[in-house]
Amino acid sequence: MIDQEQMYERYKRLLAEYMEGKNEETLYNGQLFSRHMIECGVSPEDVLSVHIEIMREFFPNMDERLESSFDFLLEAMIGYGLAYREHQNLRFKQRQLETEIDIAANVQQSLLVSAVPEIDSLDIGVISKPAKKMSGDYYHFVRDEQNFLSIAIADVIGKGIPAAMCMSMIKYAMDSEPEQRTKPSAVLENLNRVVEQNVDPSMFITMFYGLYNEKEHRLYYASAGHEPGFFYSSQKDRFEELTAKGRVLGLDRSTKYREYEKLIMPGDMIVLLSDGVTECRTKKGFIERGEVVDLIRKRMDRSAQEIVDSVYKELERLQEFQLRDDFTLIILKRRV
Amino acid sequence: MMMKNAPSRVEIHNEWDIVRARQSGRDYAKELGFGNVDQARIATAISELARNIYLYAKPGVITIEVIDDQGKKGLAITAKDDGPGINDLRQAMEDGYTTSGGLGAGLPGVKRLMDEFDILSEAGKGTKITARKYLR
Repeated sequence: MIDQEQMYERYKRLLAEYMEGKNEETLYNGQLFSRHMIECGVSPEDVLSVHIEIMREFFPNMDERLESSFDFLLEAMIGYGLAYREHQNLRFKQRQLETEIDIAANVQQSLLVSAVPEIDSLDIGVISKPAKKMSGDYYHFVRDEQNFLSIAIADVIGKGIPAAMCMSMIKYAMDSEPEQRTKPSAVLENLNRVVEQNVDPSMFITMFYGLYNEKEHRLYYASAGHEPGFFYSSQKDRFEELTAKGRVLGLDRSTKYREYEKLIMPGDMIVLLSDGVTECRTKKGFIERGEVVDLIRKRMDRSAQEIVDSVYKELERLQEFQLRDDFTLIILKRRV
Repeated sequence: MMMKNAPSRVEIHNEWDIVRARQSGRDYAKELGFGNVDQARIATAISELARNIYLYAKPGVITIEVIDDQGKKGLAITAKDDGPGINDLRQAMEDGYTTSGGLGAGLPGVKRLMDEFDILSEAGKGTKITARKYLR
């Protein structure tokens, strides 16, 4: 807090100086002083009150009507003073909230990060970036002793904190899946029941779940309304849609999921993504899925991680560095 | 002017009564020796409390009295009504809750204008707010 008397004296000196000479330097000093008062939390009505007192001191025989006009102004400024202090308090609260969100985002990041397994036959690359501080995207890899790799990618419809809270639940539900290998369709059916029971009906989750058999190089997969990925066949040198049909999680507890299967040859690629990748909005409008494919194709000779990083950078630039939705891109490449 | 020891009691039925309550508070504050800004703050606080009664809970009563708490002199304002009461006090005491709707300074404003603030409210029975300001 600034000392009342000190403030009074300094204000008085500046005011007297200005009334004498009307010079710009005094005004400049007055401006600096006002900044100091703001820092010290002095309210506008306090400044006015000091001003009035000093004017009374300088002009003891001030016109009574002029004097009353000051009182009137003071009364009017009380409301502004209140609004000012409320504003300060709200700003303080906002900073507190931001700190809280930062902490929550850190907690979430540590939940979300799933170690990418090192596998001889597969080159795996992952990138996952939240649009805001917290993400509604989720992915994970689990590899068991029989050399089966399970891959999940999920997207909570919506973004920000509500989506992130929902995502954490999916994470716990996935962790409590039985240790032994489960068919992708069964995993989705189980998760669907969890989501239907525990998540607000206005929230939906899409998910792709795959199980990769490293011996036979077969991918078994099922999808709950998730953005279709791509399959690259090196033999045909062509990208195809990795189509899989299924309802989003949480709609109907008795939903059944169909299971698909694909043989993966050396040099083939599986591309999994969240809709934040395909719903990039550039100046020209939404980008086409084909453009994503082109971006990948241009970089195909690089490692999986280099591809996803580079595609992300390119799309980030095209969107002028503002993600509108959480972005997750996964590439699995069978080594030649 | 004689020292006002007896409390002043203003019933709030209409906007005129709000003005009377303000006036009474200002007179007390002036006489006790509050400066100009504090007089205006006290008048504004009374205004807010009386206006709340007038808008949502009339009739009610504003009482203004001189207090002496172990030599600490000041003014106590009490606003009492038998109106609908305030359901969520925490919300009512939150910044930005009433002001954003343009309803005025609201209860947090009154709290800021005064030194002490206390509120009791029961849904369906009414509200009692006590606010004090001390001479420095």
